Amino acid sequence: MHNKTFHRKKIVMICLCSILALIGLTGRLSYLMINRSEYYSKAARDLHERERKIKAARGEIIDRTGNVLATNRTVCTVSVIHSQIEDKDTVIRELAQALELSEETVRKKVEKVSSIERIKSNVDKTVGDEIRNKNLPGVKVDEDYKRYYPYDTLASKVLGFTGSDNQGIIGLEVIYEEYLKGINGTILTMTDARGIELAEEGERQLEPVNGNNLVISLDSNIQEYAEQIARNTMEAKQAEAVEVLVMNPQNGEILAMVNVPEFDLNHPFELPETIDTTGLTENEKQDLLNNMWRNGCINDTYEPGSTFKIITAAAGLEEQVVETGEDFYCPGYKIVEDRKIRCHKTRGHGAENFVQAVMNSCNPVFVETGLRLGADRFYGYFQKLGLLERTGIDLPGEAGTIMHKKDNIGMVELATVSFGQSFQVTPVRLLTTASAIINGGTLVTPHLAVRVEDADGNTVKTFSYKTKENAISKDTSDMMKFILEQVVAEGTGKNAYIEGFRIGGKTATSQTLPRGSGKYIASFIGFAPAENPQVIALLIIHNPQGIYYGGTIAAPRVKELYENVLPYLGIEKENEKSYTD
Amino acid sequence: MAGNTRKKKKAESFMDYSLLFIVIFLLAFGLIMVYSASSYESMLKFDDAGYYLKKQFFATVLGLGCMVVVTKIDYHWWAKIAKPAYLISAVLILLVLTPLGITANGARRWLNLGMSLQPAEVAKVGMIIFFADFICKAGKSIKTLKGFMITIGIAAPISLMIMTITSNLSSAIIIFGIVFLMLFVASPDYKHYVLGALIMFAVAAAVVYAVYTGLLPEELSYRLTRIKAWLNPEAYASSKGFQTLQALYSIGSGGIFGKGLGQSMQKLGYLPEAQNDMIFSIICEELGLFGATAIILLFVLLIWRFMVIANNAPDLFGALLVVGVMGHIAIQVILNIAVVTNTIPNTGITLPFISYGGSSVMFLMIEIGMVLSVSRGIRLE
Repeated sequence: MHNKTFHRKKIVMICLCSILALIGLTGRLSYLMINRSEYYSKAARDLHERERKIKAARGEIIDRTGNVLATNRTVCTVSVIHSQIEDKDTVIRELAQALELSEETVRKKVEKVSSIERIKSNVDKTVGDEIRNKNLPGVKVDEDYKRYYPYDTLASKVLGFTGSDNQGIIGLEVIYEEYLKGINGTILTMTDARGIELAEEGERQLEPVNGNNLVISLDSNIQEYAEQIARNTMEAKQAEAVEVLVMNPQNGEILAMVNVPEFDLNHPFELPETIDTTGLTENEKQDLLNNMWRNGCINDTYEPGSTFKIITAAAGLEEQVVETGEDFYCPGYKIVEDRKIRCHKTRGHGAENFVQAVMNSCNPVFVETGLRLGADRFYGYFQKLGLLERTGIDLPGEAGTIMHKKDNIGMVELATVSFGQSFQVTPVRLLTTASAIINGGTLVTPHLAVRVEDADGNTVKTFSYKTKENAISKDTSDMMKFILEQVVAEGTGKNAYIEGFRIGGKTATSQTLPRGSGKYIASFIGFAPAENPQVIALLIIHNPQGIYYGGTIAAPRVKELYENVLPYLGIEKENEKSYTD
Repeated sequence: MAGNTRKKKKAESFMDYSLLFIVIFLLAFGLIMVYSASSYESMLKFDDAGYYLKKQFFATVLGLGCMVVVTKIDYHWWAKIAKPAYLISAVLILLVLTPLGITANGARRWLNLGMSLQPAEVAKVGMIIFFADFICKAGKSIKTLKGFMITIGIAAPISLMIMTITSNLSSAIIIFGIVFLMLFVASPDYKHYVLGALIMFAVAAAVVYAVYTGLLPEELSYRLTRIKAWLNPEAYASSKGFQTLQALYSIGSGGIFGKGLGQSMQKLGYLPEAQNDMIFSIICEELGLFGATAIILLFVLLIWRFMVIANNAPDLFGALLVVGVMGHIAIQVILNIAVVTNTIPNTGITLPFISYGGSSVMFLMIEIGMVLSVSRGIRLE
């Protein structure tokens, strides 16, 4: 051999070193392809997959009669995928025509170099289908759900509406978001580096989970009727707003909650045509919208006025500082410290007993009752009857009570509080406390949500609400029912009397602050049947023109409501009942 | 007598068929992988899924033809053209500067001579031939430091020209590596070579450390970001680390058994140079760890065959030719796999026989022809 041994040795060495290096690299490969495989596979999949959302259908809101108040409508989103468009001009022409958009608008979006560009969302399904049937390459029509309210304005401030992501914005839609929303699904498609979807790779679909339905205590028939009455009242009295609350005083179920003017839930961002929006800033417009969406029954407080005498009377009777038969004399005013507090009847009611004083809504007698109770005991009833707390109603933004601090209540304050002035509560708070006085003393939680159901109607969850019993004694409650029935039968509330029905109630007329503005709030609170109340209603008229007495303008509206609602609820007339007995 | 003639005949016709079959298998596999890795992109670019495949197939056939011819030539003939080979290499590299040069992918590395040709590939063969002859003729003086320095000094201009003129650092390193290995085999000395290798390794480690700690000045930034991206490709995901990271996605997502031939996602435009420098990561993605290991095993067999042939070569010149080819292929395979697995910083190196590239396949086949020619000279005793 010509070659020396060291040559061979060295060649073998090179060979072995190379093989060693390759073994090392195989080890490195094994590490990457076994230990790190999951990590890199995931990173690669994230890179290759394009994600498209499938909206979950939001749960419906159903009233107690089974009417659907909030549901979903299929709408389409039309988008273009730039890289897949073949005939740009046809696409622009067809889309502009079908979607009623200008060609420039469409052209701008079609010519934009992006992986996917949305042309228009919330397109009607028929239009979407039409576009899909044209089979234009690069045009994508995705079906989607949009919230739809079949009754447009019905209970608008109660139901609330949803935003572009299908999320609740106000009302029940916000509070019960977690039950209604559901879980969005996704479609995952593989794409190449340019974003072109690869049909042969197929799609991975994570199915959406639809939201559950919410069954509420609201009765759309009562609501509709109450809204009609409220609208008529508002028109007739050229009032600013009219609120109507109808509740079952035994369990706190809200049957109707009206705040006219209501707004169109299907177009919640459109201000009424009567408002001139030219020259307004975005913030000002937003303020107007917020105002339009406001639920006065729970978001706003007011001075209740004489309807509050129900509470003063109940506290006085419970503490036995007054008796029903006790005789009083009203000279038309009462002097408290240095103040002369007038009765609404300036000539005075003269001699009257306590029941008659309530029937007359006589201020001096209630001032006397309040003074006899004293600040401590009266304040104690505010607490016992829940007046200092929120009711806990299942709607957002409930306002709290505005009340004097206990230490600041002097004689004058005590006197004014006695007939419902110098403090403020929300309508729902007053109604709930009044309910406790006439239902035997139970403080209920007013509420709308009853239960959550799945799509097949199986109950998923039943809501329960706190109640507090013995806020006042049963005896006092019975006495109050009797007195308040007299108010409607023969007193200031007689305009709410319906022959054959036993209705209890109390009127109120209060001047809004500042005093002397000439603005009034007229209201009436009424319940039936008086001996065993099944329904209680509060009707409030803000700033009526002309006659503004609660007994004159509010009581007859409640009568109108009850004329239909009582038979509807199966509450029979007394005389008819006697026939069947 | 009859036995004797048969024996003689057999000895004359010896050919290393196992080497030939390994090479043919790698070439065929390479064509499949080039098609798999390139068809989607070439369909989009040239409206022809087989654009790269056809070009590669043509180069492969031509290469096989060259190989057959070279195999028939007595390898001693190459010693006669050793000096012209050196000159031709140098001239071709310089020609890149003339209008004949072609710029592609931002680098001027090709020549337009009827068909495109990469002078660096010619230089690799040229250097193997030249130094096999040069070392043989230098005789004992090669063992001295002076001889060593002269040899390196002769190799340096070609290496530097490739590095500067065609800005192709990897080819320069490969040529330098080939010459180093040939010298190592020719000299009985170990100490200095091991020391030399250790020094080079230490210098590289020092540079990496300096980059890592941010000790070096900003001027060296171009090569430095490459090293920074190597240390943490995810931090440079949109720049220098992009290709490496895509290669890692590709390799990692292949897993043990791979996604199946043709099923790579990364070749759909995500991984740049999928059919070229990065083809091994596509092999990993589609054929998994098993497929990748099988290919590595084939290269191990190939290197083993080179060793056998080199050790049995009739003379030193033949042995050095085979060592040169062995060094060339071993270095490229190791560096290529090291790059795609982010074991070393990213630099453009093709995988022999498999990556797309006409010049590369052509000249590799000439080298294989030379090795086979050497193998034909082996006497079976």
